[in-house]
Amino acid sequence: MSKDRDSNPQPVIISIIVALMLAISPMPGWAESFRPDWVTLTLIYWAMNLPRNYGVGWAWIIGLILDVAQGTLLGQHALALALVIYVTVTFHLQMRQFPTLQLSITVCALLALYQFILFWINGVAGVNTPSITYWGPVISGSLLWPLMTMLFGGARYRVRT
Amino acid sequence: MARAKSDRHHRSPHPPAPGLRFLLLAALSLLLLVIDHRHNHLDAARKAIGATVYPLRVIVDAPVSLWRWIGETTTSRNELLLENSRLNAERLLTQARLQRYAALEAENVRLRSLLEATTSVRDQVRVAKIMAVSSNPFRHVLVVDKGTRDGVFDGQAIIDADGVVGQIIEAGVLSSQGILISDPDHALPVEVNRNGLRTIAVGTGEFDRLVLPFLPNNADIRDGDLLVTSGLGGAFPAGYPVAIVDSVVRIPQEPFAAVSAEPSAALNQVREIMLIWSADDDTPATQGPEALANEESTDE
Repeated sequence: MSKDRDSNPQPVIISIIVALMLAISPMPGWAESFRPDWVTLTLIYWAMNLPRNYGVGWAWIIGLILDVAQGTLLGQHALALALVIYVTVTFHLQMRQFPTLQLSITVCALLALYQFILFWINGVAGVNTPSITYWGPVISGSLLWPLMTMLFGGARYRVRT
Repeated sequence: MARAKSDRHHRSPHPPAPGLRFLLLAALSLLLLVIDHRHNHLDAARKAIGATVYPLRVIVDAPVSLWRWIGETTTSRNELLLENSRLNAERLLTQARLQRYAALEAENVRLRSLLEATTSVRDQVRVAKIMAVSSNPFRHVLVVDKGTRDGVFDGQAIIDADGVVGQIIEAGVLSSQGILISDPDHALPVEVNRNGLRTIAVGTGEFDRLVLPFLPNNADIRDGDLLVTSGLGGAFPAGYPVAIVDSVVRIPQEPFAAVSAEPSAALNQVREIMLIWSADDDTPATQGPEALANEESTDE
């Protein structure tokens, strides 16, 4: 546990910046509805593994940046991300014990929660989001999760030295 | 960040419960949401955060720019010559068309002065590049590489060579966000070029379709009618082509006809767009809504 406190923030910050870049990079039309929530996935990963350093506050600030980058209402992504990360931090000990499949399902639920908050705020604000493809990122995100954990596994050792 | 610091001080064996922090932040987000949705007072905050996003956008855009640059520098002499002759021919054609336009404009000015109406002055136009398009498929938003530093202002009209593209919704310092006319939240006042019938064109979320939901069944509109901006909404200067009507369905028991139109501008293909500054700032205001538009363009 004490390792968490003196962790090296570099890989975390780089991964978050890369996730933000992936979130705003242009994609062909058909792939657009299946763009995974890179930022959410990255933040869930770090919140699960280093809950003391990268918790709700971080998620909220990065959510604000996402709001500006995507031109949504200010606070929309911030609220959704803060809630998802709050749940992750609360259950991080359980989540660390889960086998891959179960963890992917949990992440799927978290992503669905995230999309639902966005959907709900859009609904209240009167922005229509008509089709079923709105939930595409949840599927692509949970499929990508095992790959991401493998990729980040290496980075995590460096964080913990 | 504050959290990491406080952890260092407390050294508690378990992570401190983040519940309170979450509740506070959630309340703050709701407050932000309400203020942003109802009052638009958060432009300054948006601009500050937008400045942090700008470098990311530049990096994301870099490979595309690099590719274009390589393409431009390695085109063969032959291709350049071909393109040159094509452009020359095109220029001759447009000039020929412009000659007629000049005569028409002179005539228009003369007739307007006869009617003692204000003369419509040519708008100023500046080319801007699209840096990014929205990553949200349900909002048709693009980012252009001009900001308030170049005189861009909120509500400014965006056009391309073929017609109206959209308008600026958020002018940042170095880059600005614009909304396309095909966004489901966008509506613009248009008139039918053939007979001056005024109506509203609303976006549908599809790049190649606008709908005109407020036309009664007996309205004089048919396939192939050109819709141009009427200038009555205040945001767009009058007379720019918007769309061509491609289907009119009159349903007898419904109060309104189902009319849809195809935008003249290639909304999902443009790379370069033009921003319009309505030039007639100091002409006396005689026509209400148009005068409004002029005032808007002065306060940048």
